[in-house]
Amino acid sequence: MKKISLTLIGLYILLLNAFSQTIKDSSLYKARPLRLDEVNMVSSYYTQDGNHSAVTGGIGTEKVTDFSNGIELKFVGVDNQLRKHTLTTGAGLDHHTAASAAYVSKTGASKTGGTRIYPSIDWTVENETKGTSFGIGSYYSHEYNYKSFGGDIHFSAKTKDKSGEFGAKFQGYFDQVTMIYPSELIPTATKIVNPGGTITITTASGRKKVVTTSGSVVSGDDDYNNLPTSPRNTYTASFSYSQIVNARLQVMFLLDLVSQNGYLGLPFHRVYMSNGLDTIEKLPPTRFKLPVGVRANYFMGDNVVFRSYFRYYTDDWGIRSTTANLEVPIKVTPFFSVSPYYRYYHQTAATYFGPYKTHTLSEGYYSSNYSLSAFSSSFYGMGIRMAPPGGILNNEKIKDMEIRYGHYSQTTGLNSNVVSISMTLK
Amino acid sequence: MKTTPIKTVIACLVFTTLASCTSVKEWQKSRINDGDMVLGNRRVEKNELNFQSYREGAAGANAGKTGGGCGCN
Repeated sequence: MKKISLTLIGLYILLLNAFSQTIKDSSLYKARPLRLDEVNMVSSYYTQDGNHSAVTGGIGTEKVTDFSNGIELKFVGVDNQLRKHTLTTGAGLDHHTAASAAYVSKTGASKTGGTRIYPSIDWTVENETKGTSFGIGSYYSHEYNYKSFGGDIHFSAKTKDKSGEFGAKFQGYFDQVTMIYPSELIPTATKIVNPGGTITITTASGRKKVVTTSGSVVSGDDDYNNLPTSPRNTYTASFSYSQIVNARLQVMFLLDLVSQNGYLGLPFHRVYMSNGLDTIEKLPPTRFKLPVGVRANYFMGDNVVFRSYFRYYTDDWGIRSTTANLEVPIKVTPFFSVSPYYRYYHQTAATYFGPYKTHTLSEGYYSSNYSLSAFSSSFYGMGIRMAPPGGILNNEKIKDMEIRYGHYSQTTGLNSNVVSISMTLK
Repeated sequence: MKTTPIKTVIACLVFTTLASCTSVKEWQKSRINDGDMVLGNRRVEKNELNFQSYREGAAGANAGKTGGGCGCN
């Protein structure tokens, strides 16, 4: 009896010791410097065709190919106050060809390709105990006819029980549109003969140079040969609230308030008036947009997820639109899922839109850009996602991979196909 | 203010959903934390969101472009 009691007491003490042991996560309880935690890469190949190019006034080919690539490096560290710091640096490189771009020149001699480079950086500090985070971001974009510089501040806060999270982001883009006009519509410069016999040439944008009668330059503005630019600014306030409803359902509500001002069209978009005269599209110098969205994800049974999204959009250019999207990932195994999806979109026309040869000069604003017309569209396809515990192709560093194909078609006749691949390395 | 029936239905769905929230313990979150349940766009969708904002008049409320940043919108 004494032996049994001692054995039982010994077992009980062992049991207590087993539950009193805690596995300490040293990354949470110890400061450590920033180190590379994750690398994300995304590439897409996009092709489209249609017959309503804005460059040729709402008619003509809309053939485009685009090869987009992006890479993102995420560095994570913990400070002495045990706050998690995440520094994310990214870079994107897109190369596109657009058949209609040849007709910026009336003869079709303009270049059809272009490359866009866009680096970005973001720094976020997260207090996991309080459930709050704060961050700032900055981005730059450069392509032959457009330069953009942007920045944002963002923060989030979780509810007491950590089942809900409120997020806000305030963002600004400060862009410069290079004024490349259709060849037949380039504003002409004025020439004045000076008393000494030299000639002062002044461009439509106000740049000057003085030349001799033989054409030699006497003096001139440093930027005389540069194309003029026009500013475009965009300010966005984004708000979101996500909530875990139960063990299988979570929802998110999203609201953006967007204000734009400046040159909001593109200078090489033509408009053909009803009398045959061609001119450059003219759009209002301000625009206010209000999109509202909701997401709901539901895990049904053990193998099927429903990912849904709905958005209502309105702006002061007269566009009203609705978007509905449903994706159904089916888990073939816990590490491999197949996701068919369908997206439906419908919009009304902007007040200033008119097809080829329907506008008149008495209208204050006019455009034949079919992205502002009334239409519906369907986008459908399928994706596959792989995330095996041992890594892709047994390479532990490649954590997951997704491949996705989609076909898009509008009632305007525009059709496109896109295939994308993304990988996460840890 | 006149409220259309569809707005009333949506408002009811929103409030009913939020009112039916239950507390979910960490050990019950295996499905909520699944990769396919992420409440946001997949990384692989990033360029799709871009071309949709170029070809359509609407943008925003999806963590994608709202305007500016490129010569496309």
